[in-house]
Amino acid sequence: MEETAVSLPRIGDPAPPFEATTTQGKIRLEDFKGSWLILFSHPGDFTPVCTTEFMAFAEIQPELSKRGVELLGLSVDGLASHIAWARNIEEKTGIKIPFPIIADLDRSVSTAYGMIHPGQSKTETVRCVFIIDPNQIIRVILYYPLSLGRNTDEILRIIDALQTADKYSVATPANWRPGEMVIVPAPTTQEEAEKRLKQGYQCIDWYLCKKKL
Amino acid sequence: MPCTTPDGKPTASGRKVILAIKQGKEIPEDISAASGLPLFRVRSGLRELIQAGYVKLEGEKYTLTPKGLEEV
Repeated sequence: MEETAVSLPRIGDPAPPFEATTTQGKIRLEDFKGSWLILFSHPGDFTPVCTTEFMAFAEIQPELSKRGVELLGLSVDGLASHIAWARNIEEKTGIKIPFPIIADLDRSVSTAYGMIHPGQSKTETVRCVFIIDPNQIIRVILYYPLSLGRNTDEILRIIDALQTADKYSVATPANWRPGEMVIVPAPTTQEEAEKRLKQGYQCIDWYLCKKKL
Repeated sequence: MPCTTPDGKPTASGRKVILAIKQGKEIPEDISAASGLPLFRVRSGLRELIQAGYVKLEGEKYTLTPKGLEEV
């Protein structure tokens, strides 16, 4: 049996370009240049966990828009299925799905992004999240199994942390939330390390100092 | 919600883009602000409107063709 090795995109790589049929027309990755993009896949339309996720993504879209972030869904279902499912969600719950959904019938996008994990399913995409920055560089990749719905609050937190890190050249500690102290990058020279403890930061030691923004 | 129908007529979104260009907006960012459509939708819509013959791209500026001017 012949196997083809697929190179999966990694954090820091340029996002693989694509042109895809979506519920809002043909869209290219380059159309999102200048905006943050959350590209996420789901296993299938009209399935229970995915439906709760779509409702949750739709609910955070106003918060994402405030942060300059666009959403783009994907599954290997066809366009008619996506349209019918989005209409069904709105009819049954009152929640409108405002973002485009890729109908990746030929699996070109899901293959390029490594969204099909044969150990989980040979035909469906797993629950992937690719967070792509305005320069179209992949900044975060999350994978969830078929049985586990995603946490959109965490996705918002990731966006806040990435944008804060970029804007202020800092890092964010475990469980960081906006408004909390951030981590000052660790010194890289002996001289900087000696100065660090005298700079008015909240330090545990020279390599772990926090500050307010 | 593409900007043109399968038979090449502008949709409501397409008409918003055409109207913004008629108002003098020449680049996607300005067309997005004037039309209220997200930037990615404007960029993809402009491609469709060019293909359907309503819009032309000259250098980096979008303008209406005679067919586009007839629409608004």
